[in-house]
Amino acid sequence: MDLNTIKEVAHPRQREQLPVWTAGDAWLAGGTWLFSEPQVHLTRLIDLADFKWPALTISDTGLTIAATCTVAQLDALACPPEWLAAPLINQCCRAFLASFKIWKTATVGGNLCMSLPAGPMISLTAALDGVCTVWTAGGGEQRASVVDFVTGNQRNVLARGDLLRQIAIPLAALQRRTAFRQISLTPVGRSAALLIGSIGGEGALTLTVTASTVRPVQLSFSKIPGAGELREALRHRIADGLYHDDVHGKPAWRKHMTLRLAEEIRAELQGLV
Amino acid sequence: MTFQINGKDFSQTPRAAQCLRTFLRDLGHFGVKKGCDAGDCGACTVLIDGEPVHSCLVPAFRANGRAVTTIEGLAPAGGTHPMQQAFLDAQAFQCGFCTAGMILTCASLNQAQRQDLGASLKGNLCRCTGYRAIEDALNGKTNIEEAAAGAAFGRSLPAPAGPQVVRGAARYTFDTAMEGLLHIKLLRSPHPHARICFIDKTAALSVPGVHSVLSFEDAPDRLFSTARHERAWMDPDDTRVFDEVVRFIGQKVAAVVAESEAAAEEGCRRLKVEYEILPAVVDPAQAIAPGAPLIHDGKTLEQRVANAQRNIVAESHGEFGDVASALARSAVTYEGTFTTQRVQHAALETHGGLAWVDAGGVLHVRSSTQTPFLTRRALTEIFDLPPDQVRVFCERVGGGFGGKQEMFVEDVLALAALKTGRPVKLEFTREEQFIATSTRHPMRITVKAGADACGKLTALQLDVLSNTGAYGNHASPVLLHACGESIGVYNCPNKKVDAVVAYTNTVPAGAFRGYGLPQTLLAVEAAIDELARGLGISPFEIRRRNIVKPGDPMLSPPGSGHNDIIYGSYGLDQCLDWVERAMQAEGPTIDLSADWLIGDGIALTMIDTVPPDGHIADARISLREDGGFELTVGTAEFGNGTSTVHRQIAATALATTVDQIRLLQSDTAHGGHDTGAYGSTGTSVAGRATQAAAENLAEDLKMFASTATKTDPDTCILENDSVVCGKQRLPFGRIGQAARARGQTLSANGSSQGTPRSVAFNVQGFRIAVNKGTGEIRILKSVHAADAGRVANPMQCRGQVEGGVAQSLGATLYEEMVIDDGGRVSNPRFRDYHLPSFADLPRTEVFFADTADTLGPMGAKSMSESPYNPVAAALGNALADATGIRFTAVPFKPDRLWPPLQEKFG
Repeated sequence: MDLNTIKEVAHPRQREQLPVWTAGDAWLAGGTWLFSEPQVHLTRLIDLADFKWPALTISDTGLTIAATCTVAQLDALACPPEWLAAPLINQCCRAFLASFKIWKTATVGGNLCMSLPAGPMISLTAALDGVCTVWTAGGGEQRASVVDFVTGNQRNVLARGDLLRQIAIPLAALQRRTAFRQISLTPVGRSAALLIGSIGGEGALTLTVTASTVRPVQLSFSKIPGAGELREALRHRIADGLYHDDVHGKPAWRKHMTLRLAEEIRAELQGLV
Repeated sequence: MTFQINGKDFSQTPRAAQCLRTFLRDLGHFGVKKGCDAGDCGACTVLIDGEPVHSCLVPAFRANGRAVTTIEGLAPAGGTHPMQQAFLDAQAFQCGFCTAGMILTCASLNQAQRQDLGASLKGNLCRCTGYRAIEDALNGKTNIEEAAAGAAFGRSLPAPAGPQVVRGAARYTFDTAMEGLLHIKLLRSPHPHARICFIDKTAALSVPGVHSVLSFEDAPDRLFSTARHERAWMDPDDTRVFDEVVRFIGQKVAAVVAESEAAAEEGCRRLKVEYEILPAVVDPAQAIAPGAPLIHDGKTLEQRVANAQRNIVAESHGEFGDVASALARSAVTYEGTFTTQRVQHAALETHGGLAWVDAGGVLHVRSSTQTPFLTRRALTEIFDLPPDQVRVFCERVGGGFGGKQEMFVEDVLALAALKTGRPVKLEFTREEQFIATSTRHPMRITVKAGADACGKLTALQLDVLSNTGAYGNHASPVLLHACGESIGVYNCPNKKVDAVVAYTNTVPAGAFRGYGLPQTLLAVEAAIDELARGLGISPFEIRRRNIVKPGDPMLSPPGSGHNDIIYGSYGLDQCLDWVERAMQAEGPTIDLSADWLIGDGIALTMIDTVPPDGHIADARISLREDGGFELTVGTAEFGNGTSTVHRQIAATALATTVDQIRLLQSDTAHGGHDTGAYGSTGTSVAGRATQAAAENLAEDLKMFASTATKTDPDTCILENDSVVCGKQRLPFGRIGQAARARGQTLSANGSSQGTPRSVAFNVQGFRIAVNKGTGEIRILKSVHAADAGRVANPMQCRGQVEGGVAQSLGATLYEEMVIDDGGRVSNPRFRDYHLPSFADLPRTEVFFADTADTLGPMGAKSMSESPYNPVAAALGNALADATGIRFTAVPFKPDRLWPPLQEKFG
């Protein structure tokens, strides 16, 4: 929709050109959320497109995803065959409530910064041990794991004027075997629980719980646990208050789905070992 | 900036954060629609460099230097893209508002995406079709037929507006450019109940571009109802254009009229309003309890408010026989309390309109309405204007579903046009649709039912509490309808109704497809099912033993006093047979884990073919010199397909083909009267008027020809665009020319008073699987049988049935407006209010009973509303069959179903 209170759009090309952050500013990446709701408190957008950050960079150490990388670009990535976790990318893209048309515009960074529990790029990058690089408003740089970056429903570690620059995915995470489960109140609707399990080289299990909880929760096991142990660990780690409550799923159901999907993942990965 | 749009270069600078959608529309590309303006519905889809995007989410400046293709540019000028042709061949649209975006999206799908339409099309919402016809288009299927002269009725002819719809050229409410337009934005109440003490307009008026501010001080001090009915006494006079008291969050407080939407919005933000907060009540049971805050204190029976001291708009009580003692003597009884939620029509075109006063002083209102004539009547009354000084009209309307049987914008438009003397525009946002128009009436229904050992009903009792929200538009007739046909369809010696509709400080409820019946049927049809279960007989059998048959009185206490309902035809028995056979038919085997429980359920509905107490339609048809005809009707086209049917009726009566019938519609300037396109009357009432006009003209043509040929008029017949008198054949064109030569135009009128009325029937069957571990539902089979009389257009009627089932499945499984304790709608957007998408709906097998109605036009009956009615009830019955648990609240969402499933199955 038209954002009629916006009087100016800044188009910096490099960090030095970033305007001083003032009240009424907002970063513009894809704009798919920004333009989807009235933003009457805003007067200026700072467009990140002209930075022309390389969307995806594959290196010996893994994958770097620019904050402005679109979902479609990520989904189209030709992954090296040794990235056993590659199927997760499409699985998580498909978990978007929005269609492939939105993927062409929406960005990975934008999804993280929105910090909705159901943000599937949060699920993906959290499960892959992603590390965020943040350009702080003061001119510095900070790092935070994705699991720590998102702190609650539509809450994250960014302070005013901080900018998410990129997410780095370590190679080791990309080389793990994974299992994916997602459920929604409707067949292709917003995720009410999205769980990803992965098995490391030594048989360690990492389970990442998203969508059902207000922020990502990651559990690590040195080996695949038994059903009871997994269940107990989830009950212990995820207090009832951590389950998200909105029109897309009641907390008690989200909790049950979390336990159920976790067990399915456990069983699937155990079958692979 | 330079934009290439449909191959042409434009140099233009959009506003800083203008989205591409409005930028394109400002340049005249009206094929780019606004359904949500939030990226959820896909109606604004365009291609950028060949790739589909939602243009409402794309900043216009990002299209700088790129090639944009709108629906108007998909095919070379004058041409038709293969996907546009496919949509025409399959008739993959009803209202057509989603069609441009749908076609652009479909045209861009690759083979893999075409194999997975549920995912590929989840960004394109169609509220009308249920998607089957869209799938047909993608599969290259042709659903349309042709018809010879005089044989149009009963054939699957395409909609006359189809070519315009698929090219984005059909004009909806806002698809017209006007010079000097002022924009209206409404300031809305943040309080559920408050008195406006003072509005300081100074700051708002100082905003550059703001022309004026209108509030209660400017509005006529006249009470009316936003509901539009032929008889004003059906609804309470409880509403003002702007009121001093606001009764729900979202009620309009003031209008800012400005040179731009931006200025009008800014003006609204600058208005300073001093409110005296009043106590509020949002729960209907609390609202009618003693001591509750009074919402319409001071209103009386004079305004048709039954009991303002208890927030009761209307109530109905009556008993035939003695229900209590009948229940005590019954072999089996059932009692249950059911609740239905608030749902929104979600027509993809929002409410809105344009208004201006012409040089002759006539007020013109172009709006998105189902009732132009009744809206004109309201405006003449509110503003003290003579009828010939007010014109209300619509071209194509982007969906209605009852939501546009109301006047939500035309009063403000008229006020603003009259006060400013300038053309004005008011277009609601999607959020305004949710928070400030109308919804379905939420109801709590307690049903008691009994049967004897033979399965004959002994008692039926309904206790209904309906919630009309802050205003009583449609409160009473919806309540009466809900308690009417739902139990009238069953023979039962003892029946009782206690029904109350309450005011609450929430967004008003209003007319909605089904008009109360879907809510009460959830309870009644569950009770019938439970009695069958208790007796060990089939759901079909218990219904066959108890349904009314021709000759049986159709009774609901306290009795309506309407004596004009007859069995013009009867096909309920056939409908039950169709559904039973189809449910028994072997389907593809399905591989489901042990977690899935399977169950079947059915439900039936009866509906009077015309709303009560008068529904009037006039039609006029004239012979043109070229041998074609001009047909003028008042009824509106919003996807109901009546434009197609009217031409079929006229062409059949006049022995011509539909392309010879030019249709003018839905404009009070054309004269005559039309109550409106609601209650499925576009065919059953207005079509009857068209039939009468066409038949009258046919007689005139015969008379004219017999005089010209000097033959006995009784020997003249109409055949193949001619009158044949003995051995002489006079083509219509020659008759038209001959008449003209005599200074004569051959034309005839027809009208229908909407009485007497007949009854139509529907039966829905579902087979579902329920996952006892997650609460998920899968629909394995959906079967619907409809008794629509002689079906005027089988393809379109099937589309109405499928669309009704689809919309109703939305209300059964997904849709729910959540109102918080403070009375605020907490999910006023499509991403939080889930309309069924392609992936969410089964394909429904549709069957028609073989009947011909004695009252309806050429034997046809109503069939747009009623397919909606039995869906939730049938699905609830299937759920009960699958799980052994009677779920009593819709929507049946997994997170609600799961707790009882968990309790029962572990």
